[in-house]
Amino acid sequence: MKPFSYERVSSPAEAAAAAARAGGAKFIAGGTNLLDLMKLEIETPRHLVDVTGTGLDEITETDEGGLRIGALVSNTALASDERVKRDYAVLSRAIVAGASGQLRNKATTGGNLLQRTRCPYFYDTNQACNKRKPGRGCAAKEGVSRQLGIVGVSDACIATYPGDMAVALRVLDAVVETVKADGTTRAIPLGDFHRLWGDTPHIETVLEPGEMITAVTLPKPLGGTHIYHKVRDRRSYAFALVSVAAVLDADGHGRVAIGGIAPRPWRVEAADAALPDVKVAARALTQGASPTDQNAFKIALVERTLAGVMAKARGEAA
Amino acid sequence: MDQPDYFSVSRRGVLASGAAGLAAGSISPQVAFAASTPAAERAITMQTVSMRINGKAQTLELDTRTTLLDALREHVKLTGTKKGCDHGQCGACTVIVNGERINSCLSLAVMHEGDEVTTIEGLGTPENLHPMQAAFVKHDGYQCGYCTPGQICSAVSVLKEIADGVPSHVSAELTGPMEASNIEMRERMSGNICRCGAYSNIAEAMAEVAGERA
Repeated sequence: MKPFSYERVSSPAEAAAAAARAGGAKFIAGGTNLLDLMKLEIETPRHLVDVTGTGLDEITETDEGGLRIGALVSNTALASDERVKRDYAVLSRAIVAGASGQLRNKATTGGNLLQRTRCPYFYDTNQACNKRKPGRGCAAKEGVSRQLGIVGVSDACIATYPGDMAVALRVLDAVVETVKADGTTRAIPLGDFHRLWGDTPHIETVLEPGEMITAVTLPKPLGGTHIYHKVRDRRSYAFALVSVAAVLDADGHGRVAIGGIAPRPWRVEAADAALPDVKVAARALTQGASPTDQNAFKIALVERTLAGVMAKARGEAA
Repeated sequence: MDQPDYFSVSRRGVLASGAAGLAAGSISPQVAFAASTPAAERAITMQTVSMRINGKAQTLELDTRTTLLDALREHVKLTGTKKGCDHGQCGACTVIVNGERINSCLSLAVMHEGDEVTTIEGLGTPENLHPMQAAFVKHDGYQCGYCTPGQICSAVSVLKEIADGVPSHVSAELTGPMEASNIEMRERMSGNICRCGAYSNIAEAMAEVAGERA
């Protein structure tokens, strides 16, 4: 790990200002992803701004009847909150489908949105990776790509956004609140938060340097049946091959977002409109797919996982 | 027949002298470090941090890069907590911080100012075992034992998480009391790898402790 200086801050504004002041600074909260990448010298911040003292660790009710989740609320605290379990069950289900108990105790809501891809060629510093070293090429396309993306990917990068929580947040139309170094704030719909890779896969979100996530807000509860179904190579503690977050009514109408196939949680308007027709919805979700030989199976897996989710919503065994 | 003197050497002594042998080799750690940072040399930052470890106040002066795991093992000399993968994948380094289990390898020590840390040494002693430690012994919840401190810290926390209503991936219902079933134990312990494969006995040990409390 490269040496770094370290400071603690006590407010979001102070955090943003501290990050702007020091060159090569990063915020750290749970640190479960950042520290892992620092050990591999994939992330090499010169300065760490510890934001765990900024008081953003509460879940409060909004005037609109939704919830505001502080950026520092842990995955465990969020999944266990009685209001979330009751009104946003898909979010609880998505969170506990990911990582391990130890990691969920440490991982935060803000940090989880910024979790970097788990592409093995991003992690292996001996391999070419446009995300790690822009312009060096992508070893994944001709490599082991079973886990990697099929839609929204580019010639430069076929990595996926790896998380589960954000897939549920996407289906719930969550909004990310931030503060910039100059103190201004903004609200970014989660659907606009993660960028598609294009020619610049090293730029993963629309956040500006030094901009910090302060909260994620949820609109008022949608009702319906909430399902998160994750398909993976191991029954627990593994990243998704394909996952489906769904909020459905009794007729199977509703909305779905897909994880494990794209640079962001994948939601397509035409797919939501097509429900409960699984075939048409799946076709809309995988339209324009450019899979490798090794992950082409994901096209069929999206349809089958969606079919399983619809069956579960109807009360049949999935 | 008397044992010759050279047998009276501890495993730890052998490991320590091995490390010293490496350090005395032709490449000093300083040279190796410089070679890995060809651009502008970065100064090492030291930072003071105070926390309570197993009920005892500790103030440490640490390189900011020091993980909680390395602080416990190398600075406080509590070697019960083990380093496995050092990347949060195996769970051998699991400790309890402010009542919650975490991977101590994925946490910077300087971020634990004022925290209450419990390691395997703080759960029980050989004369007065924690119920979970006793249950692991009774049910043979290990073979080589390397992952065991992490398994036990995790297991103790799992029972608390169940009591606190923290759901898991296999919980049939999100609301209402959580079950302390065998399948729940297995799912909730998936962040602790045991290469000897003692999983079924670990789940049995946990079930016994959970049953005693129920």
